[in-house]
Amino acid sequence: ECRLGGSAKRSYSITSCASVFQVNVRDALNQAMDEELERDERVFLLGEEVAQYDGAYKVSRGLWKKYGDKRIIDTPITEMGFAGIAVGAAFAGLRPICEFMTWNFSMQAIDQVINSAAKTYYMSAGFQTVPIVFRGPNGSSAGVAAQHSQCFAAWYGHCPGLKVVSPWNSEDARGLLKAAIRDDNPVVFLENEMMYGVPFELSEEMMHKDFVIPIGKAKVERQGTHITLVSHSRCVGFCLDAAAVLAKEGVECEVVNLRTIRPLDVDTIEASVMKTGNLVTVEGGWPQYGVGAEICARIMEGPAFNYLDAPAVRVTGVDIPMPYAKILEDHSVPQIKDIIFSVKKVLNM
Amino acid sequence: CRHEAASVVVSSRSYADFTPEATFDIKKVDLHRLEEGPPLTSTLTREDGLKYYRTMQTIRRMELKADQLYKQKIIRGFCHLYDGQEACAVGIEGGITLSDHLITAYRAHGYTLTRGGTVREIMAELTGRREGIAKGKGGSMHMYTKNFYGGNGIVGAQVPLGAGVALACKYLGTDQLCVSLYGDGAANQGQIFETYNMASLWKLPIIFICENNQYGMGTSVERASASTEYYKRGDFIPGLRVDGMDVLCVREATKFAADHCRSGKGPILMELQTYRYHGHSMSDPGVSYRTREEIQEVRSKSDPISMLKDRMLSNNMASVEELKEIDIEVRKEIEDAAQFATTDPEPPLDDLCSHIYANEKSFEVRGATPWTKLTSHS
Repeated sequence: ECRLGGSAKRSYSITSCASVFQVNVRDALNQAMDEELERDERVFLLGEEVAQYDGAYKVSRGLWKKYGDKRIIDTPITEMGFAGIAVGAAFAGLRPICEFMTWNFSMQAIDQVINSAAKTYYMSAGFQTVPIVFRGPNGSSAGVAAQHSQCFAAWYGHCPGLKVVSPWNSEDARGLLKAAIRDDNPVVFLENEMMYGVPFELSEEMMHKDFVIPIGKAKVERQGTHITLVSHSRCVGFCLDAAAVLAKEGVECEVVNLRTIRPLDVDTIEASVMKTGNLVTVEGGWPQYGVGAEICARIMEGPAFNYLDAPAVRVTGVDIPMPYAKILEDHSVPQIKDIIFSVKKVLNM
Repeated sequence: CRHEAASVVVSSRSYADFTPEATFDIKKVDLHRLEEGPPLTSTLTREDGLKYYRTMQTIRRMELKADQLYKQKIIRGFCHLYDGQEACAVGIEGGITLSDHLITAYRAHGYTLTRGGTVREIMAELTGRREGIAKGKGGSMHMYTKNFYGGNGIVGAQVPLGAGVALACKYLGTDQLCVSLYGDGAANQGQIFETYNMASLWKLPIIFICENNQYGMGTSVERASASTEYYKRGDFIPGLRVDGMDVLCVREATKFAADHCRSGKGPILMELQTYRYHGHSMSDPGVSYRTREEIQEVRSKSDPISMLKDRMLSNNMASVEELKEIDIEVRKEIEDAAQFATTDPEPPLDDLCSHIYANEKSFEVRGATPWTKLTSHS
């Protein structure tokens, strides 16, 4: 295979006639938004620095130049206000994409996300739809310290009326963002800053302008027989790395990429656990009342429990605010060795 | 029978005897950053007068009936009544059209009516029945109709939402506008100032309206706000302070504000000085932070319905009997609605989990126990 660097460069596989594209997550998100803006005039993007700055993390690069002030709107630093404006625009028939520079800043606006967006379809008994996407980077980054490193998957995943999506790779980013924008419901779209620059291969099919990934379906990234690893976002990559190391010792891990936090694809997790008999969940967020906690509770309450050979356990971020110093930060997040260690503990190796 | 006699009198006097329209002096409006304000007179047609009278009376009687039903525990939870403030809802609607948009906070029953809801479906929502305007899912604070976005429970949140609706109006190239209401209590909310800023920057077609009824729950305006000149709080946004007890004042000011928006000048702010007879909600007697004398004084001197009635009668725009007829019809409508609202069945349990997501195939919802599997329909 000939693999060229850069974004969306076509390369040709020797073994087949299909072409593949190298696309990093940032560009996948960018292309998804570009295509959806073109497809539907009601779609527009607002947030801090999304227009003339090309996006704080360059995710919206080029969009303002192409679509102009009407559709790509720079806002003042007033999250509660502009999130409310975005929700109101959705009430009145537009399809806004509301960017939070990071999900940490969404706390300023969380009332609009939950009380104005998530609950309105229910409160109005189906009269008022809210077709909005809230998106931005979530979770830990590198050296940005406590106030800029929180994972919000559990907080938003708690609330009925929301869909909460957490892509890992470029395929996820592209397919899920398109699905989110086309969805008539409020979607919380949790990106990851550390993944923005990571390239992945996208097939021609994935590059099609109508390529969408269904929200609410997990994907088995790696088949295995001995243990199930369930994860979302960046940690999926760590699980695959851990699986590669464990394979050398004869342990075959099945790696499930949740893709969606709410609605949670319990069926896929259960089917996997019923096959392997063991479960470790892996997430970047804090342990208490988290995504892993929910998965374990669901497994306890469902048919897969009887197939467990050992209690299910969680690998999570450390239960502390994120420190700054590199050595401390490195020890605050789940590392590949933590996943390997937990797998071996569960399998009693 | 006295009723029969009254209708005989009414039918024998032809409507050609009545003055078809009259012009009234209305109170001057205080202006902020405006060279000119709304006119100092308002011309009222007989037809509009009767319409405003009927609508205000309907709101009044509907709210009083809600009070009764609440005390009988047929309505529960929050119930924030609008009696006293009728001229605001009716006057505003007189200055815009139903293709314009409106959003308000939780004291919303009057607006649900002026925006096209029926008394029946409003009352059935208050009693939590299946024919309620939100099928019993929303309650007092969450009623919606076309171009009316509630009914919002979180103080202040409705204001940025209204600006979003206005953004959509501009984006879609219509000449519609959005009226975004809030109270004197909400007027200090940070998100409202955030909205003033963005609405001005982007010249959104929004009319901000502060319904100043003097009290945010139990806190008088002097105790809550460093500046009680709410019409000036928009700073760079032009403002008007209007007598909110006079339906004609409210109408003229709204028309003026609507013209301002539709001409592309951006937002404008109206403060309506009004008063609520009831306490903040049904759990507030409303007399620990204000005097009964004050309430009585407003009732006797400034009641919006009496003011309109006196104007129409003293200008021969309607007869006493005719207005009494309207009162009787309104009372009947309310009685029928209340009867309906107390007998209509509650929503079916099957509806419990519905309306979580729009345009979605049915899915399972976890019930109170792991064995309780419920279904959600769109």
